[in-house]
Amino acid sequence: MEDVMTAIRVVPLDHYLILCFLLFSIGMAGAMLRRNILIVIMCLELMLNSVNLLLVAFSAYHGDAGGQVMVFFIMLVAAAEVTVGLAILVQLKRNTEGVDINQLNRLKW
Amino acid sequence: MVYLFYLFAAISVIAALVVVAARSPINSAIALVVCLLSIAGHYILLNAQFLAMVHVIVYTGAILVLMLFVIMLLNMNEEVEVRKPLITRILAILTAGLLLLVLLAATRQGLEMSAPESFNPGIGLVKAIGMALFHEFLIPFEVSSVLFLSAMAGAMMLAKKDGTEHVNLPPSSEPKDPAA
Repeated sequence: MEDVMTAIRVVPLDHYLILCFLLFSIGMAGAMLRRNILIVIMCLELMLNSVNLLLVAFSAYHGDAGGQVMVFFIMLVAAAEVTVGLAILVQLKRNTEGVDINQLNRLKW
Repeated sequence: MVYLFYLFAAISVIAALVVVAARSPINSAIALVVCLLSIAGHYILLNAQFLAMVHVIVYTGAILVLMLFVIMLLNMNEEVEVRKPLITRILAILTAGLLLLVLLAATRQGLEMSAPESFNPGIGLVKAIGMALFHEFLIPFEVSSVLFLSAMAGAMMLAKKDGTEHVNLPPSSEPKDPAA
């Protein structure tokens, strides 16, 4: 177990932070850039995963299992969210013949 | 080990960029698979074996298959892709870059976390996670099953065809229902 402990600590935590911030920013850019709802959902997944990775990194560095359990719950919520989101996507496609997110602006009225 | 981290980091960032930039939705989905698998590699590097397995099963096994099903079911391809105007795209990239800058600046010197010298590296194993999950987090675990049940029912309710007339539906897009 000693080698595992040193192996985890070899990479500094800052690098995990930078990587996760990069992934989160890319996901956010995609959510704002694209008009296809499916791509927006994928970018949401990307953002959730960057946060997951950061939680696991913190958890491994601190030796606290709570962070990893939190990641488990985030995965559960992401699965539920994708299920409902894809159902909404199918319904949107069926009703408006497109997956353009701008068509949802008529929900204002 | 260090090289593996940077290798996985490069793969995940490049794949994430491909997800955002690819024209065809199916290319985005494949790139997302690559990105999620590289994140699973990060989990293994952090000795979070249980989460790595669950991540691969849930994300690439369930969510991405669902997305690929939807892509093929709805026949999405490059022709149906619409793009935002140039000014919006530039502003979106600028905003995301600003977010990255703010996040990096906020943690530039504030993150002097002194990790405990003696810690248990086996916390990512199935046994440790299971102990934490069923002792400290038992109630949230049970509640999440209710969440799943409601998500399942909600997805079925949403995807069900209702009897109302649909707008702008070309006649050839779906086969005639003989019972209607």
